[in-house]
Amino acid sequence: MPDAHSFGVDPITCYSWNKDQTQLALSVNNNEVQIQNFANGKWSLKNTLTDHTQRVTGIDWASKSNRIVTCAADRNAYVWVQESGKWSPTLVVLGITRAATCVKWSPMENKFAVGSGNRCVAVCSYDKENNWWTSKKIKKPIRSTVTCLDWHPNNYLIACGSTDFKARVYSAYIKEVDEKPAPSNWGTTNNFANLMGEFSSEAGGWVHGISFSASGNHLAWVAHDSSICVVDANHGLKLTIVKTEYLPFMDVIWINESSIIVAGYGCVPMRFNYKDSLTFVGKLDDADSKQQPGKVSAMAQFKAMDSRAATDVETTLNSTHQNTIVQLSVFAGGKERCTKLSSVGTDGQIVIWDIK
Amino acid sequence: MAKNTGSSAFRRVDVDQFSEEKYEEEAVAEDEANGPNETDIQRILNEGRNFDALLHALNTAPLSTKNQLVKERVVQTVLKVLLTFKSNEIDVAVKSLDQPQLDLLMKYIYRGFEYPSDGSSAQLLTWHEKVFSVGGLGCIIRVLTDRKRV
Repeated sequence: MPDAHSFGVDPITCYSWNKDQTQLALSVNNNEVQIQNFANGKWSLKNTLTDHTQRVTGIDWASKSNRIVTCAADRNAYVWVQESGKWSPTLVVLGITRAATCVKWSPMENKFAVGSGNRCVAVCSYDKENNWWTSKKIKKPIRSTVTCLDWHPNNYLIACGSTDFKARVYSAYIKEVDEKPAPSNWGTTNNFANLMGEFSSEAGGWVHGISFSASGNHLAWVAHDSSICVVDANHGLKLTIVKTEYLPFMDVIWINESSIIVAGYGCVPMRFNYKDSLTFVGKLDDADSKQQPGKVSAMAQFKAMDSRAATDVETTLNSTHQNTIVQLSVFAGGKERCTKLSSVGTDGQIVIWDIK
Repeated sequence: MAKNTGSSAFRRVDVDQFSEEKYEEEAVAEDEANGPNETDIQRILNEGRNFDALLHALNTAPLSTKNQLVKERVVQTVLKVLLTFKSNEIDVAVKSLDQPQLDLLMKYIYRGFEYPSDGSSAQLLTWHEKVFSVGGLGCIIRVLTDRKRV
């Protein structure tokens, strides 16, 4: 049974769990970040971070170093460090002139990347000498807003999806903070901002979510043309595209080396397996399948209104989420062997799913 | 006065064209394809091979061309093919198409709605229902998002 919790009627824009899933940082479509305590299935608001002046678009909680990075439409990013129960921010000078759209810590948590409407990805690292975070930008050849990004486990490759309908893999190696990178099967040249690959699902559609598998050998993304694409670095960057019959997906996440979960406008997370080709396995939400016989049609509703004077129209969906699922996150088990998954939606709910 | 200050032509300059952030559509090699030959289609239809006419039209669709006149003409041809089908033939035809062809057919169905004639909307709605039951919502979404318009 999926475990659902509601945070009100406002959509949840972005969220991130802490290391042991006892705390959640989230934003409900405003400029604030709430830090909620999660204990025994109950929630309690611990802190509210209000330094952003516009809508918060991305939150990532670094599990090892316990720092939070947030980015917002106010073109800023803050790194928050906890000192005796209070979170204190450090402003990061990104140098972008458009909103930031997404942010992710690198696996070793010495860097983070911010996507923006400025058609670039800003990779930020800590400059010890001057005691501040500096950013370097990856620009070419991104031609429109960057909507999503994910780091490769090797800590220097980064994948980003954009509204120019493409998914790209870049090197984000910063020599001041990184060890010299070993060549990977994504490519050998490792200079900062080197494009390792550029992929598209042909038909086009904004890329909404992108994810590397736990090993980094597979990259999956979902786009607005209801497609799911997977690139296999073990087989010469072979691209597999599946154009599904569902509504477009907003996020994708690997739950082991051969399975992904996708979720989006259909309000129900779905599982696909990848082994040379993508195959649909099933929906995670049982509640949805119970609806099968007798689809509620407009005709039936008007008939009910006519014969029984039934004026209230059923508007609730049969799925756990009542509106679009916006972001997926591993809850337990890591990307290698995920046993629980969490999802948030524009219905203000966070749901924790069991993965069998 | 040396300067012509009477001209207000500067007001008609499209400043957005000069913006650095202007999104340039990817330059796809323009195909000289002109779509299916109408006489061919008519001939196949006269032989009663409706499905073959449909296949031929779908396989020779002018997707890469920028010529609007060609596209309009092809839409009319495909519409004619779609309207020649009898209602009971539609189901069989739809089941034999592969996914790219289904997506393309759905695009033509929506384009067909733009040119209503006597009884055409009803027939197109039947087509739409059958294609939707196989292609699903994704098929309709791709009509909206695909950069290659028909």
